[in-house]
Amino acid sequence: MALPKDFGFGEDETMLQDTARRFFADNLQTEKLHKLVAENHEPEVASACHWQKEMWEQMVELGWAMIAVPENAGGIGMPAVAAVALAEEIGRVCLPSPMMQVMSATYVLAACAAERVQGAMDDIVGGKVIGLAITNKAGSWEHSETDITASEEAGLTLNGTAWYVQDARKLNTFVVKARSNAGIGLYLVPADAEGVSIHPDSIIDLSRDQAHVSFENVKISSSQIMAPAGEGEMALAKAEPALLCLVTADIVGAAEWQLQTTVEYANTRIQFDKPIGFFQAVKHPLVDMMIMIDEAKSLLYTAACAIDHEAESALNYARMAKAVASDAAEYCSNKSIQLHGGIGFTWESFMHLYFKRQKHNQQLLGDGFYHRAKLADALIGPVVVC
Amino acid sequence: MSEKQKKDTTEQTEFRAYCRAWLAENKPGEPPVRLPQSALEVMTTDQLDYLQAWQKSAYDAGLVGCDYPKDVGGGGRKDCQRVANEEMQRIGTPFFPNVIGLGMAAPTIFFHGSDELKKKLLPKLFSGEEIWCQGFSEPGAGSDLANMQTSVVIDGDDWILNGHKVWTSCAHFASYMIILVRSGNEVRYENLSYFVVPIKSALGEGVTVRPLIKMTGETGFNEVIFENLKVPDAYRLDQVGSGWKVAMTTLAHERSAGIMVTPSAGGMTNKEVQGAGTADGLIELARTSMRNGRRAADDPMIRDSIMKVLIRERAFGLGQKRAKVPALCDNNPARLATQIKLVISEIRQETSKVAMEAMGAASTLYLADENALVEGQWALAHMNTYGFTIAAGTSEVQRNILGERVLGLPKSK
Repeated sequence: MALPKDFGFGEDETMLQDTARRFFADNLQTEKLHKLVAENHEPEVASACHWQKEMWEQMVELGWAMIAVPENAGGIGMPAVAAVALAEEIGRVCLPSPMMQVMSATYVLAACAAERVQGAMDDIVGGKVIGLAITNKAGSWEHSETDITASEEAGLTLNGTAWYVQDARKLNTFVVKARSNAGIGLYLVPADAEGVSIHPDSIIDLSRDQAHVSFENVKISSSQIMAPAGEGEMALAKAEPALLCLVTADIVGAAEWQLQTTVEYANTRIQFDKPIGFFQAVKHPLVDMMIMIDEAKSLLYTAACAIDHEAESALNYARMAKAVASDAAEYCSNKSIQLHGGIGFTWESFMHLYFKRQKHNQQLLGDGFYHRAKLADALIGPVVVC
Repeated sequence: MSEKQKKDTTEQTEFRAYCRAWLAENKPGEPPVRLPQSALEVMTTDQLDYLQAWQKSAYDAGLVGCDYPKDVGGGGRKDCQRVANEEMQRIGTPFFPNVIGLGMAAPTIFFHGSDELKKKLLPKLFSGEEIWCQGFSEPGAGSDLANMQTSVVIDGDDWILNGHKVWTSCAHFASYMIILVRSGNEVRYENLSYFVVPIKSALGEGVTVRPLIKMTGETGFNEVIFENLKVPDAYRLDQVGSGWKVAMTTLAHERSAGIMVTPSAGGMTNKEVQGAGTADGLIELARTSMRNGRRAADDPMIRDSIMKVLIRERAFGLGQKRAKVPALCDNNPARLATQIKLVISEIRQETSKVAMEAMGAASTLYLADENALVEGQWALAHMNTYGFTIAAGTSEVQRNILGERVLGLPKSK
């Protein structure tokens, strides 16, 4: 199968991109964002969970929560490049929103048996906030690893803790990865179910919230089984390229903002009688930011396109995209602060909002080293230990 | 049916079939001598004879100069050079030796020369019978090209040329040079004029060509000294004083951003050195080379480095496709196009650097050593990458151009 020349990015996708760009420009100027998430600067205060519920409802009304829900499950079923276009705009405005979690959960659910997940898909279409609880304390991105066990004695129950759960306090429902003797399963658990407790983490990123979520003898009925034990790994693996693309898109959007904002500053800040962008020590790193962003974009759109048109190569492309994007997140964050000089180091500047989101993004679902190691296994072959 | 074929016009479809049939019959066999890595490093007449014979046969068959009009020696076709290039590269032919002529001199003469000049010069340029070189850079005018001092003074119907050009690839075989000179008072971009100069016929009589030896040990480029050489006014391109404008045509084509598609063959290498220079070749190398006593492919640092360059190489190729989709380019197609030269030259440098690291102790071995891996070609390739990152606008100048023209930063000069 060949990839279409336009990366599958047609009229509908362009329209979504335009609408999202306008919507955020109208509703979330950076000043407003700063006021929303950075009201308290004190470093030793526990992280708050700031977001605009009304904006989420508007986004649901625009149909954005269901763009990844397949048509036969009641959604719009747009291609992954559309989800990526939306995620890129969300990253560009550093939006505090569970949208990425909902879209990620949607891709995982869509990889499970359709009859099991229809209820959850209906919830997503209706605007319910569902997200993934799939990471362990060691921060493993392997589908086979979890600190949660599913036991079948006296009915199905979950015990253990999911770590690094994104936007946990915004979620109504978790898709929980748990292991039993029969393997990995995925279970739908309401946040207010008995035995569930959310412990918010104090995190660097002001535009997100994160928590570890404990499950203590949480009862699971058969309707809550999204993937029965033994089938969860496959569903997660199938969704992985899309999950990687969503984080990559967030990075790319945020990095483009970092680039453009720093270019603007370099054109206006005068030192030694010249705009600092005149000096090559400032100019050249800005060009390098652009080149890294462009490499990440080319790989990202290819990976997203491959999900719908060349599934067998999607994972490798997605790993490449995330690897470059993770490095770009680091580099662009570094330069955006450094090239702003003293003002870039202050709380009042907007740069730190993006810096912090990018440092978070860099690690989510694995950084550059992780994905290059995975790619090396696939393309060079496993390491031979003598 | 491949992607490429799908978008062919009727003329292109027929021409592609013709190219395939001709190449199947006429693709040259293994070269009798080891070929250099590019036309810019052709050193011996044995190499040149073999490559010239190939270019001539491809020209006679209509695969070179396809898009130029028939009356200047071209094929009179519409957008068919791309097709010929794809077919030649697909089956891996030798490269063309007259690379400066095809890529830089031909479009410049075509857009700025008189009808007589075009008819006189272009046919043997296309056939490769006459090799061309280019004279822009000087000892005092590298990145700062407009600082050039080589000059012409009018003398009746002739001009008298004096000066010193450097980094002149192919000058040791060249019949002609395209040259940018000062034709009046020194005002940087003004008072520059552009000529074609017969040099082979004037060797020892106003023209001296001396090889400049590269860090690789190869010759291939030269310095050319002009002493009171008489150049007929008929060899001028465009108006007196319009040299900078003409030079922009040359430079645009050199950076693959010109109107004419450059005839370009290639892909054939001696079997033993296949893959040297690419990320896939690098993986092959790492599988066999030992470093620090173990297989390079098992060293996590080497694996990480290889994946880094492989990813960049893939991203570059995909970026060329993305450049054609405006909605995915922030509606600024120049942004990707302007990066090409900088990015590809740095990827090549990085790739061959990692290859040297993957070879560990064996990276010390060079071309003449029987134990050298891949015949020492990686070391040669690596050193030659500095030619790419320096020539045609150094990476530093490229970053200025990108910063100023794409990002809109203030000019550094």
